[in-house]
Amino acid sequence: MWDYTEKVKEHFMHPRNVGELEDANAIGETGSLNCGDALKLFLKVNENERIIDASFMTFGCASAVASSSALTEIIKGMTLDEAAKVTNDDIADYLGGLPKEKMHCSVMGKAALKKAIADYRGVQILEKPGELVCECFEVTDLEIIDAVKANNLETTEDVTDYLKAGGGCGKCLDRIEEVIASVKAKG
Amino acid sequence: MKVIYTDNNATTKVADEVIEEMVPYFGQFYGNPSSMHTFGDQVGKKLKQARQRVADLINADPDEIVFTSCGTESDNSAIFSALNANPDKKQIITSTVEHPAILNLFKFLRDKKGYDAVFVPVDKKGHLDTDMLYDSLSDNTAVVSLMWANNETGVIFPIPEIAKKVTEKGILFHTDAVQAAGKVPIDVKAANMDMLALSGHKIHAPKGIGVLYVKKGLKFHPYLIGGHQEKGRRGGTENTVSIIGLGRACELAAAHLPVMDKEVRQLRDYLQEQLLEKIPSVSVNGDLENRLPNTLSIGFDAVEGESILMLLDKESICASSGSACTSGSLDPSHVLLAMEVPFKSANGTIRFSLSHYNTKEEMDHIVATMVPAIEKLRAMSPFWKDGKMV
Ligand SMILES: Cc1ncc(COP(=O)(O)O)c(C=O)c1O
Ligand code: FES
Repeated sequence: MWDYTEKVKEHFMHPRNVGELEDANAIGETGSLNCGDALKLFLKVNENERIIDASFMTFGCASAVASSSALTEIIKGMTLDEAAKVTNDDIADYLGGLPKEKMHCSVMGKAALKKAIADYRGVQILEKPGELVCECFEVTDLEIIDAVKANNLETTEDVTDYLKAGGGCGKCLDRIEEVIASVKAKG
Repeated sequence: MKVIYTDNNATTKVADEVIEEMVPYFGQFYGNPSSMHTFGDQVGKKLKQARQRVADLINADPDEIVFTSCGTESDNSAIFSALNANPDKKQIITSTVEHPAILNLFKFLRDKKGYDAVFVPVDKKGHLDTDMLYDSLSDNTAVVSLMWANNETGVIFPIPEIAKKVTEKGILFHTDAVQAAGKVPIDVKAANMDMLALSGHKIHAPKGIGVLYVKKGLKFHPYLIGGHQEKGRRGGTENTVSIIGLGRACELAAAHLPVMDKEVRQLRDYLQEQLLEKIPSVSVNGDLENRLPNTLSIGFDAVEGESILMLLDKESICASSGSACTSGSLDPSHVLLAMEVPFKSANGTIRFSLSHYNTKEEMDHIVATMVPAIEKLRAMSPFWKDGKMV
């Protein structure tokens, strides 16, 4: 059984800010049924670019629900600029930590937030820019490079824990290893 | 809170009768069954009785029973023995839905030892594609290994019929009967199989004791090479206590077969019926007819299995999921994927596996817990709106 903190369990049993936000003016969606988890984040942003309300709908395991709940609590009251600086580690820390294998749940929160902010500002983020590395979980090399840099990942297992990439059929593992090596080589 | 245990395909409660049988052999009777003194021989005699009891459950002769350390060891020993007996044959055949004890062994043999491993697929109901199986058999086939009943869905393969056809061609046949034992009748003589694996902890004996049935006359190559124990078929001083417990457990399992077939089946059917009636967008995985009487694999659209298990756990209800999140792997179970169960319900699949210790009150409590649990999770699911999938 996963070693969830009390805070994770509490946020799973009593998630904050669940449901669609009627008057949301920014929405960020990530994940899919096939991936095993998905998050839809709703924001209400005022004219000063401050997040005055946030809510979520999540399909996923207990830590995915808890991460979503934590995310909405963290960003409520922040400006979009402040929210843009929130990292997946902030989400995990808020919950007193996540099991290593479940870090991808916090990464999903961060990804949905990024999309919601882009949605509000009307910028197009290219749908998964970069070269597709993991077909099972639709993860690109740029995403892997980002995660390796941000979280100081060392091994393919680390990458799987954070992005799921490599956790399915495993045929992309060699390529993931190359991407990690390229980041490390550049320092 | 009292635990409601419906995870019997994972492991079972050690029966009180089994514990009672074992206790003296932990302390008082610690002799080595091979020793040339009466003290050790007291244990030796008890072992002989246990061997007979195990043999009786599957209609084997006591000499055909080899005790091992677990179901996995039994499976591994069977396959390695078959390969050693046929050093020139390079094809090995199994199915896509086997337990990792066989599946990962076959992948290892393919990837590291150069074997041509054939994984025969199943259809949406979990039935084996027997045409493809029979078409794959050749002079180059070293062994065919197929599970009798699936641990996740309970779907039963027609093993006696398959064993007959395979062995008629002079090809070795092994079956992983770990989930079938104690749940459906097994008769190795009628089915004419070469080897068969059992595991103690699935039939109310302790963990860490297994059995490999090896047909009389079959040339067997030991996996653990050592002393003369088990007639040279498995070295190592016997796990006397567990073997004695397993003997008693097999005796009980044989006596309980009719209970499994009737009372446990009724309970399982009741649970299935209630869940289907009270929760929308639910589907049962696997063939409803050819299925172990104790197993229910049931998928709930738009929700994820681990979340369901957490809500069940709150009520001290034990079950498992077909979802990735509990196992550490990320894809839903290879069994459900092989059956092409759609992702929408594969990720939300729960396996309830019952035993004769379960009661109708427990089933009612499970249903009463599941209804609000699924409602709660669907209320927060982005794939569920106004009472249906979106
Ligand atoms: C079908 C099947 N085969 C083999 C095993 C392995 O048995 P054991 O846990 O005794 O190694 C199991 C149980 O986990 C099983 O369900
Ligand atoms: S392609 Fe990455 S795990 Fe399958």
